[in-house]
Amino acid sequence: MASFSVPEKTIKDILPENTLKTIVPQEEVTRAVKTAPSRYRNEIAKFIVHRNLNCKRCGKCAEVCQYGVHVLKPGYKYFAEPKNHLCIGPSCEKTGNFCVAKCPNGALQLKENPLFKALGDYRWPGDLILATWKMAETGDVPPAEYGYEYNCGNSGGGFDRLRFKFPDKPPVKIDADKIDTSISLNKRGDGRPEIKIDVPWYGGGMSFGSVSNVTQLSKARAAKAWNTFTCTGEGGYMERMRPYDDHVITQVATGLFGVREETIQRVPIVEFKYAQGAKPGLGGHLLGDKNTPAVAKMREAVVGISLFSPFPFHSVYSIEDHQKHLDWIKHINRRALISTKVSTPTDVDMVAVGSYSAGTHIVHIDGGYGGTGAAPDIAKKNIAMPIEYAIGRVHKFLADEGVRDKVTLIASGGIRSAHDVAKAIALGADGVVIGTVELVALGCVRCSRCESGRGCPRGIATTDPELAAKMNIEWGTQRIINLYNAWRKVLVGILQRFGMKSVTELRGRTDLLMHLDYTNDVGAKK
Amino acid sequence: MPEKYHIKTQPVPPVSPRIGKYGMVDWREDCARCHNCVKKACVYDRYRQEADYIRNLSDVNALFFDCMGCFSCVQDCTKGLLCMSINPEYQKMGNSYWTPDIIKTTWLQAETAKIPVSGAGYRGPFSGKGFDSMWTDMSEIVRPTRDGIHGREYISSSVDIGRKLPYLAFNCNKTGANASPLVSLPMPMIIDMTSPAHTLPQLNPIIAQTAVNTDIIAIIDSRQWQGSDKQLRNIAFYIADGEDIPKDALKKTRLVEIPDGAKVIERIKEIKKIQPGIVIAIRVELTSAGVERAIKLAESKEVEVIHIVADANGNEIGASKPRFIKDMTRQIHTALIEKGCRDEITLMAGGGIALPEHMAKEIICGADLITINLPLLISLECHLCNSCKPGMVCPAKLEKIDINYGVGRMTNLIAAWHDQLIEVMGAMGMREVRRLRGDVGRAMFFENLEEETFGKLFGSRKNN
Repeated sequence: MASFSVPEKTIKDILPENTLKTIVPQEEVTRAVKTAPSRYRNEIAKFIVHRNLNCKRCGKCAEVCQYGVHVLKPGYKYFAEPKNHLCIGPSCEKTGNFCVAKCPNGALQLKENPLFKALGDYRWPGDLILATWKMAETGDVPPAEYGYEYNCGNSGGGFDRLRFKFPDKPPVKIDADKIDTSISLNKRGDGRPEIKIDVPWYGGGMSFGSVSNVTQLSKARAAKAWNTFTCTGEGGYMERMRPYDDHVITQVATGLFGVREETIQRVPIVEFKYAQGAKPGLGGHLLGDKNTPAVAKMREAVVGISLFSPFPFHSVYSIEDHQKHLDWIKHINRRALISTKVSTPTDVDMVAVGSYSAGTHIVHIDGGYGGTGAAPDIAKKNIAMPIEYAIGRVHKFLADEGVRDKVTLIASGGIRSAHDVAKAIALGADGVVIGTVELVALGCVRCSRCESGRGCPRGIATTDPELAAKMNIEWGTQRIINLYNAWRKVLVGILQRFGMKSVTELRGRTDLLMHLDYTNDVGAKK
Repeated sequence: MPEKYHIKTQPVPPVSPRIGKYGMVDWREDCARCHNCVKKACVYDRYRQEADYIRNLSDVNALFFDCMGCFSCVQDCTKGLLCMSINPEYQKMGNSYWTPDIIKTTWLQAETAKIPVSGAGYRGPFSGKGFDSMWTDMSEIVRPTRDGIHGREYISSSVDIGRKLPYLAFNCNKTGANASPLVSLPMPMIIDMTSPAHTLPQLNPIIAQTAVNTDIIAIIDSRQWQGSDKQLRNIAFYIADGEDIPKDALKKTRLVEIPDGAKVIERIKEIKKIQPGIVIAIRVELTSAGVERAIKLAESKEVEVIHIVADANGNEIGASKPRFIKDMTRQIHTALIEKGCRDEITLMAGGGIALPEHMAKEIICGADLITINLPLLISLECHLCNSCKPGMVCPAKLEKIDINYGVGRMTNLIAAWHDQLIEVMGAMGMREVRRLRGDVGRAMFFENLEEETFGKLFGSRKNN
């Protein structure tokens, strides 16, 4: 509870005993980076080094290679298959240690891996997936010589065409350890806890049902380690998450699956989900295949039946009705902050201001290009606006209404990299919510098979016990901890280059951005 | 409560081996026969089914094409021998507009009649040309029904085709005494004739029966009609210039289409004399003069329905820098509003409508309803290889197609499109598709969003 800094007197004044603090002991999870290699035998590589029969096993390749591609294990006569994922490719020629050139017998060839072309898509190109895996493995960005483009995707618009205008040299030199990346989630000054998170992001809502309990727990433990949050989604609150209560957001959505007074009282933040970016206006839908006995028990539903969270809340027709909901939660849990999650229609700015006036602490806008669970394909790119358009619109409207510094604006729906985080903040958000990237860190290849049958073949977005067993909690936790560490490093690097001591200084600084498709000749604004 | 529109469907499996996006799993030499790929890695049991596939040699490739692209076997192979790539046969399908992904999703809908659902969010480009440069809006609070997915059948997708009255007229206390005939369709879709490049007269019986099953209308060239009288209620004859009017059959139809031309008004009068109760649509090709011609035609009191038709990719016909159908439709729609005659005319639009979202978007841009043909052809496992010529081999074997298979696949596709239209309208908070027409307030356009958001920050777009 180190991050909760409400004066003792105020707490006693406002909090009834049953919601004063978490009842169960909270488990500690260390933030330390430890190597967490891929759980698969063969890693996907950009290039293939092929060794032919001319190899005389002279060992020259192993001698010159700086990256450990060639391995002759002690006691073995033949070289093992080259570790292709460690190879930096043709750029190695410039190093003077190119194994293909150095091999005296011409036994080595370097080729592009056809497999790599099958990996990824416009939003998540293969480079970004491989780089995210490297970050999750090592806790650091991949070495530059690998040439991975991990700052943006290849979608041709939005974040992918925005760049920072870094000065030639930082205006002020600031040590990395002096840079503050924390943000406050309660700006209302309403006597409720002033929760700060150490990084300007937290984990998005993924229910038990949409993902496995291993995935949920890994996210929760990483959130604990980094003093940030994860969200239960709308699928109930696992008892096994209770040791991490202080870092859990529980969601109240239209299906009210697993929502009980007792679960609402456990957490420091309760999120009302009105809509989600990947399927705005369509509600939630868990296909029957994934409604296993464990899921059904948690949701108090019948096994095997598809579960719908009908859109919208049947009790909300207006902002006043919304306020009634918020008051209900605030009364049940007197220490909780309220987050309101909405998607991005044309009037998203009005919705945000209305939500603020109803008493929310966090306005969470979710754009259409994210999403981790099942969604109709027609909804994914056709309904509501991408988050890049919505952030600035909401930020400006809140500022014009004079309430910008009274509410925390969180953006989500397509945040894939630390640069996306920084761009979202520069456009006007206080922080972001992430989802897909955590799953990629756990080994997701974005095959889009999360939704049906046994669910995710990679064991991440599944409720099938056999598939979920492909991953263990310790490994999953470490992968996400490592990813966060790498992201924070990148973010700190950006702030250093701008001479900023805190990430909060970056908010709304669109003057530091440029767009590759524009003339960029508008005068600097702030 | 009025009867709800419901299309009866049942799964219709493909008759040709599937062509998947991924697959082409390649075993390099030195397999250890450990069976990791068979027993552990592939959660879809594709390898376990290998023997079944191999028994039927014509389907042997299907084993590979059913691959879901999860990389598990590749990454778990004991010796790292497996490789996967994008199927070149998949990439070869269609063209730059009718992409392999569109063909694949059309096949899936034709097989299952279900709305395609997938996980892991959106995978495509930020925006694109044509229909990809607009988004439909959604309503955070206002809903057409309060019953979520279970109430969506109360969203009306019906449209009226014909000339409407500018206002209600009363004659001897009877309303609408001088009203023109109207044709009501349960969804805003008409099956259009296939383009000359894809003309397959043997498909007409399938298309006609599909129109009957779905209770919409199919436009069929009167010279090619060989169906039964029972189907005529769902058929609109296209009567070419100079062709005789099939008088007896015409009296059993509700809609007829004629080409635009210098004597089109005389032709309308000629048809009306034979069958006064019929609605007549004029087919206007969207060439460089098409937009202006459609606007001009709408001024005539004799004109009831204008059917604007772009090329197969939705582009202006014959133009070097073509306008797209959605932009031409907006132009016509706006001009008719300015002339004060928009509500009197029915505007049907075809060409480039490849996905169900295109139907919703085209209606938002001003069409009352859309016409399609290529998606139905694709539903029959057509690869859009443009081999529909005598002497060429059709990979979908369309020359030997079974009528039940064809009708089933087309019906499934139309049902899936209808469901998706309802989904989008539900998200928008729209209760009637008639109200969606021209309601650009329920859409967002790339150019506008860019200008409002980034234009203010970064100046002018370079490609403007």
